[in-house]
Amino acid sequence: MGLPTILKIVYFYHKTMQKQIINPDKWIDLYADYLFNYTITRVSDRDKAQDLVQDTFLAGLKSMKNFKGEASERTWLISILKRKIIDHYRKINSNKGKAEVRINYNDSESEGDWLEERVADPFDKTAEDTLQNNELGDAIHNCLGKLPTKQSEVFKMKTILGYETEVICNELNITASNLWVIIHRARTAMADCLKENWF
Amino acid sequence: MSNIRFMIPCEEANHVCDKTQYKNASLKEKILLNLHLIFCRACRKYSSNNAKLTKTIKKAEVECLDKKCKEAMREDFNQALKEVSN
Repeated sequence: MGLPTILKIVYFYHKTMQKQIINPDKWIDLYADYLFNYTITRVSDRDKAQDLVQDTFLAGLKSMKNFKGEASERTWLISILKRKIIDHYRKINSNKGKAEVRINYNDSESEGDWLEERVADPFDKTAEDTLQNNELGDAIHNCLGKLPTKQSEVFKMKTILGYETEVICNELNITASNLWVIIHRARTAMADCLKENWF
Repeated sequence: MSNIRFMIPCEEANHVCDKTQYKNASLKEKILLNLHLIFCRACRKYSSNNAKLTKTIKKAEVECLDKKCKEAMREDFNQALKEVSN
């Protein structure tokens, strides 16, 4: 075994043994979008999803002492978020339990409240489609997380939020040509990152 | 040579290609890009990859928080952070 191999092993060992450190100052920059996307694919209500993410951050802050550093910060936050989402659904269900009987079926508003009408629409998205979409969204956010902050910020604003070039330039104080260079780098990196699994 | 250029270098072609993904390119730019794509294999590859990326992201319907929401979140969070550290 040569010296480089030994060094590599030592380095790898060092990396795996290193405990994850917690740093709440950067949470919002690093994980807000990821957690939000995770929530919205499961809750599908923007305001509610935003509240849940906010709750997650606050809960994480409170139980920071319990963070053992075995998993990464993100995994830890996701596990909190999962519980929050479950709680959210529990709450909804307990509200709905107070049985309502609706007899008149004439107005178009109440249409669709009946169980028979809730059977799957064959032309709607199938469960598999949605599942794949969830995974794809996670993969995209993973790749976004690997980009430098500036690039991912610009890329998100331009591609996902669909802002105009001038708006972004004003907000971030950069020139248009600067913006296009950043976009180009981000797109190349994203394409490389997604190539393995999704193209 | 007249000052109308028919050939654009690859960097410019890539730049225009990025622009077309956001529908920001002018007609002249698009024509020049397509002229370039006729003879440049590397750029053809780049543009097809680029289009694929746009399609994938559109299909995934990923969502992001916009800046205002994030700022509001940050304010609340910083307040909580202060309370914890005190």
